[in-house]
Amino acid sequence: MRITGAKIVVETLIEQGCETVFGFPGGQVIDLFDELYLSSDRIKHILTAHEQGAAHAADGFARATGKVGVCIATSGPGATNLVTGIATAYLDSVPVVAITGNVPCSLIGRDSFQEVDILGVTMPVTKHNFIVKDIRELADTLRAAFKIAKSGRPGPVLIDIPKDVQTAKWDFEPRPDPVRPYPLTFASENKLRRAAELINTAEKPYIYFGGGIVAGKASKELLALADKIDAPLGSSLMGLSAVPFDCPRFLGMNGRHGHYASFAAQTEADLVIALGVRFSDRSAFDGDSRPRIIHIDIDNAELDKNVTADLSIEGDIKDALYRLTPMLGERRHPEWSARIEELRDEERRKYDLADRGRGSIDGKLSPHDIIGVISSLASEDDIIVTDVGQHQMWTAQLYPLSKPRTFLTSGGLGTMGYGMGAAIGASAATGRRAVLFTGDGSFGMDLNELATSVAQGTPLVVVIMNNGVLGMVRQIQTQLYDKHYSATTLGRQTDFVKVAEAFGAKGGRAANTDELRALAEEAFAYGGTFVIDCAVDCDEIVQSPLSDDMGSR
Amino acid sequence: MEYKQYVIGVIVSNVSGVLSRVSGMFTRRGFNIDCLTVGETESAGFSRITVAFHGDNDIRDKILKQLEKLHDVKEVEVLDPNDTVIRELLLIKIRNSPATRQDIMTAVEIFRSKIVDYSPTALICELTGETSKIDAFIELMKPYGIMEMCRTGIVAIERGDNCLKTIKVK
Repeated sequence: MRITGAKIVVETLIEQGCETVFGFPGGQVIDLFDELYLSSDRIKHILTAHEQGAAHAADGFARATGKVGVCIATSGPGATNLVTGIATAYLDSVPVVAITGNVPCSLIGRDSFQEVDILGVTMPVTKHNFIVKDIRELADTLRAAFKIAKSGRPGPVLIDIPKDVQTAKWDFEPRPDPVRPYPLTFASENKLRRAAELINTAEKPYIYFGGGIVAGKASKELLALADKIDAPLGSSLMGLSAVPFDCPRFLGMNGRHGHYASFAAQTEADLVIALGVRFSDRSAFDGDSRPRIIHIDIDNAELDKNVTADLSIEGDIKDALYRLTPMLGERRHPEWSARIEELRDEERRKYDLADRGRGSIDGKLSPHDIIGVISSLASEDDIIVTDVGQHQMWTAQLYPLSKPRTFLTSGGLGTMGYGMGAAIGASAATGRRAVLFTGDGSFGMDLNELATSVAQGTPLVVVIMNNGVLGMVRQIQTQLYDKHYSATTLGRQTDFVKVAEAFGAKGGRAANTDELRALAEEAFAYGGTFVIDCAVDCDEIVQSPLSDDMGSR
Repeated sequence: MEYKQYVIGVIVSNVSGVLSRVSGMFTRRGFNIDCLTVGETESAGFSRITVAFHGDNDIRDKILKQLEKLHDVKEVEVLDPNDTVIRELLLIKIRNSPATRQDIMTAVEIFRSKIVDYSPTALICELTGETSKIDAFIELMKPYGIMEMCRTGIVAIERGDNCLKTIKVK
């Protein structure tokens, strides 16, 4: 069957199991959008307010499901607007396929209208990217993009398709099944045995896990390992949701804004078992007197990259843990367990991380109260999304997550303005409600996507921790820059309730827990987009277990 | 750890943009390239890149792992300097004058170089060899007046029947 390139794209997307795409039309993708129009009964297109929102939506779609998220934009500014979203997905290993139109091949390289070398621009922030100049290669290139995006350590792939390739015609034969990922790498038996020796002789083991546990679907295996060797668990930001928040072994997030007990246990441990993590500089592993480290990850290039481990093992995490655990003896460490409990008590005394009952001060809500009220009303299936800043860290520290893939946050890139798009994408993928924690700074970057969530009828509760400042930077200015609040005091007069209403959403303002509870109940019952503007004091800070200079890197 | 020069051979898919991907990886991650050459191989679908860089074991391993991660990179190998033929080509234009001509000719002969262009005012020598030999020849020519020169950077291939093959298919 000989069909146009645009139709080949749509047919291949459908063949690959893609039911929803996010995008924004433009001159060089009119043909593609024409085919989407004609195939709208088989594939749904969700129009966002901005291409960045579409990229984050594809990312949210992928994080909430593990499937490949797809976004589409036109050439030039459409394509460059995707870049932050693609980079966000790249840093957090999220499988996304981004499709861009480009000017016809004959106009490439001539600085044509809305022409940009998006291949060159996205080379450093994609797992791989393609430009298709020959229609005969179009279908297989798309298939390759899906394959690369979901293989091994997932990541974003971009395909640039000039307009004349979209209009040209070629044969297309649909494949019966989506492409399969490349075969996984499995950990070597010898190395697992060496890991078992190290673990069997450790007296104070600590398991540090990351997003690899979520991506590798290895929560069960992780908990089985921890139980067998009687080890406490701490996670990176990306690892959150892999184990339930109330799991007795879980000490919470580790790292710059992690839990004190989690950080302290890591520094006192004699063996750190690092699983599906990349030891980003936000983690707290640069001391001289560090414990022995076993590092298991699917990406060989992450091994010994940021931290040199005593034993590095490349391989699929689920398989590695499944094979490793039977090699281990049943272990109990009463002294170490007692010490962990001491650290937890110390955390409760030193930090008010878990203090939910502080009440409002001067007509303001504490972040802890906000998360307490919202989490008491939310369902465990709700997808918790954050933007970036103080609210993100409070949510990461305190929100009682219980299921994998219910926590979406921009960890590696730290993208303010991530949340709205991601929430819309996640909800579109799952049909479930999303709860977005954001700040007045971040929300200013993505509130345009209220237009999308309202148009889509997205069940979305937006909780703004509104402190009138760019709190995370301000906090560093307080601690290290003599309170020079350069450009962090917003002084805006934005009325977020009116903003919500102007976009066709509902909104309300809360200054104390009673008001918040009443509003939240209304919001959760509403079923559409509801914005709750919470007054938070500008001097609330995110606690860090690290010293100031280390904490502000 | 010892800091020294490594030479690696890289087999890549012969597609547009591949050189950019490989050299971009070095730039992006802060690794320095001493020299890089690229050319066709015995199989039409693949090109071979030779990269020389300075570093310790740790840097070398990081470079290898990052290269292996690139989709278009099919094979990477560190070449053992004791078991590898390494060559570079130099073209050098030297001022020609009756007073210096004979000295230049002598040097050309001793270095097994070749004069490939000759005019009353300038002559061009061609020389192949290892980097140290090229360096020495350039040094020797300096007093006679180097008008311009260019060198290819090294290409390298292992001795014996060891081959960098494109067997591994990703």
